[in-house]
Amino acid sequence: MSLKKEYDDIPGTFVFDADRSREGYQLNQFCISLRLQRNRDVFNADESAYLDKYAMTPEQRDAVLKRDWNGLLMLGGNIYYTSKLAANDGINFQELAGIMTGMGSEAYRAMMLGGGRSPEGNRYQHEWDEKE
Amino acid sequence: MARITAGVGCSHVPAIGVAMDQGITGQPYWEPCFSGFEASREWMKKAQPDVIFLVYNDHCTAFDASCIPTFALGCAPEFNPADEGWGPRPVPVVRNHQKLASHIAQSLILSEFDITIMNEMEVDHGLTVPLSVMFGEHGLEDTWPVLVIPLAVNVVQFPPPTGNRCFNLGKAIRRAVDSFDEDLNVVIFGTGGMSHQLQYKRAGLINKDWDQLFLDRLTSDPVGLSKMPHVEYLREAGSEGVEMVMWHVMRGALDEDVVEVHRHYHVPASNTAVGHIILENKTGLRT
Repeated sequence: MSLKKEYDDIPGTFVFDADRSREGYQLNQFCISLRLQRNRDVFNADESAYLDKYAMTPEQRDAVLKRDWNGLLMLGGNIYYTSKLAANDGINFQELAGIMTGMGSEAYRAMMLGGGRSPEGNRYQHEWDEKE
Repeated sequence: MARITAGVGCSHVPAIGVAMDQGITGQPYWEPCFSGFEASREWMKKAQPDVIFLVYNDHCTAFDASCIPTFALGCAPEFNPADEGWGPRPVPVVRNHQKLASHIAQSLILSEFDITIMNEMEVDHGLTVPLSVMFGEHGLEDTWPVLVIPLAVNVVQFPPPTGNRCFNLGKAIRRAVDSFDEDLNVVIFGTGGMSHQLQYKRAGLINKDWDQLFLDRLTSDPVGLSKMPHVEYLREAGSEGVEMVMWHVMRGALDEDVVEVHRHYHVPASNTAVGHIILENKTGLRT
């Protein structure tokens, strides 16, 4: 691969490109299977047995079982796929964002009602590094 | 002759559909979001389109990771609302103008846009939410008041098509519609956005200034706007804000000069800035 990734310096963000898609393929295919109720029923009856049908890495499998939402993204998951697992658990997009940001639902919802997260100081990784 | 007379830009936030389906649009959280669409529904009664050409993206619903077409044109007779993990939306089946869709498919391919033809497809909130906000509540026993030709654009796996490619596709769609000999009034929708990021630690990003400038430039500088590189959407409008490339298909299908007749902008709907605009060709709404 020689395509330059000019988006790698955006903080707190995974860009779901071809590399991530390749890495996360089995994980994402598992997640989308939960779109259908009949599959959700089988998964919820025995998660481990259901996961055996997908050739995920042990780390991906572990992240699913632990509901490590950020871990799933790091391991090639895409939010539109992982949100299917969240929906199965009764977690909507906004609640999921509350978890992934570490803010919790209430603080996250309040931030959104206040106009959302400003782009100021949130465009480049170095802006986050300087804060730490 | 068929004619594209107007364009609609519109967010397609799933929570907006949920709010309508649950009948809670009058609640204080939702009222300011929905009040901005009242004028749009009145406009729609005046515009009376026969067909909506609706540009949207599938959110890992009808398309899984096994096949990722950049542009997929719906040519099936009808499209069922999909179960996205919480049951299908209780809205009518979406009916196509199949002959026009087939005509557009052929015309686009001969214009060197190598689109994918979908003869079976379910549609998710990306398509049904814009119909709901523009036409109001329609239940399962009801029908949508228009025929709809869906164009699904990949914006999930990076890179999506460039804004320039989308703009030029819009121009090709217009030529295709213009060369269809049935007398039809077609309105084109570009959907998605505006600024939002659903994932990881920067989730919740909203950029009102960027969004407003984007809406301004749809009339003042549409060609320049369509040249915006992907990384600017990602950085300025959030990782999911890149959906905005789909608005350029809509804009490319309109005249060079358009009139902005309505605009609405509200933060938030769930994680997202809701943006909406109606642009009319100066030749007017009638075919």
